[in-house]
Amino acid sequence: MAFFSNQQATEQIKQVADTLNATSHELSSKEIFTHLFDHLKDGSELEIPFGHIELPHFTPINFYGLTIDLSITKHVAFILFSSLLLIISLSIAARKNSKSKAPTGFGNLIEVLIIYIRDEIVLPNMGKSGLQYLPYLLTTFFFILVMNLFGLIPYGASSTGNISVTAGLAIIAFIMIQYSAIKSQGIKHYLAHLTGGVQVWLWPIMIPIEIIGLFTKPFALCIRLFANMTGGHLVILSLIGLIFIFKTYIVAPISVLFVVGINLLELFVAVLQAYVFTMLTALFMGFGIQAGENAHHEKESHNH
Amino acid sequence: MEPNAFAYLAGGLGAGLTIIGAGLGIGKLAAATMEASGRQPEVAGAVRTSMIIAAALIEGATFFALVICILLATK
Repeated sequence: MAFFSNQQATEQIKQVADTLNATSHELSSKEIFTHLFDHLKDGSELEIPFGHIELPHFTPINFYGLTIDLSITKHVAFILFSSLLLIISLSIAARKNSKSKAPTGFGNLIEVLIIYIRDEIVLPNMGKSGLQYLPYLLTTFFFILVMNLFGLIPYGASSTGNISVTAGLAIIAFIMIQYSAIKSQGIKHYLAHLTGGVQVWLWPIMIPIEIIGLFTKPFALCIRLFANMTGGHLVILSLIGLIFIFKTYIVAPISVLFVVGINLLELFVAVLQAYVFTMLTALFMGFGIQAGENAHHEKESHNH
Repeated sequence: MEPNAFAYLAGGLGAGLTIIGAGLGIGKLAAATMEASGRQPEVAGAVRTSMIIAAALIEGATFFALVICILLATK
């Protein structure tokens, strides 16, 4: 598909391209697409400059008829990297902050983020009793942020672009949402809330709807994070793929410029999605906690 | 036309239709937010927070559709 073939200036470039193609082995655009697409997918090898490292492969375990493959893949490796990075950097920041009353440098940066999450996410959505869940929400925020940002450095991969990883995060969020609701309301109020407060003959309709409602929230969290991270990478993939579709060097600068723009957008999206995941988890936990506090207030006002 | 072509076509058309809906929704949301914070700049922070929540919810629903498009194009 020679898009700019009628322009004379491209003739020379085409000749250079042809000689280059002749020397290196020929790749069809489909093969290049699969090669680029492999970068998005999970794999059993780690890409490094000038080659790749094979990751360890364990034999699958049979668990009551289920075959579970626990071998370390690219995304698992990046989960481990990001948790290691977080443990090291955050403990350095904590040590720095505990030494002096006024934090400086890196400790200050981390403190700004932590105080932002406490004052802007947890306190408005969950109230004072939400502060006990602050460590969980902070962990979620920093973990997702670092995993997202790993996808933006060369040879890196964002583990959050894998639906299993986001599903795992969403399952933890689901457990925390239910736990905080039950702890705040008591199991009786929690179950009463599932009936929606309607008359008994409507329960067969109301209870399934409420139970589905419990599961859709974390499901949406899971899909949102996954699709955001994959979507950005897919756009970059398509823009780079344009070079191989048109097979001219003229498209390359335009594509690369667009990719730089999309990369900046992805940097924003990486932070925003970590914020949104934390924010929505706090909001959903806050619903349960506030319902519990209202129930307590009602009980108190009845007693008076 | 081979049968796969229809799947690609459906994926492309679906992505376009999804973006129309999502763009309208988020655009309307942003317009309302700007109007609100223009009228009452003192509540701009609170309005922005609720805008982000609503935008995230719209975006979530949009991504359900987009994931279906991706599945159509890759399967």
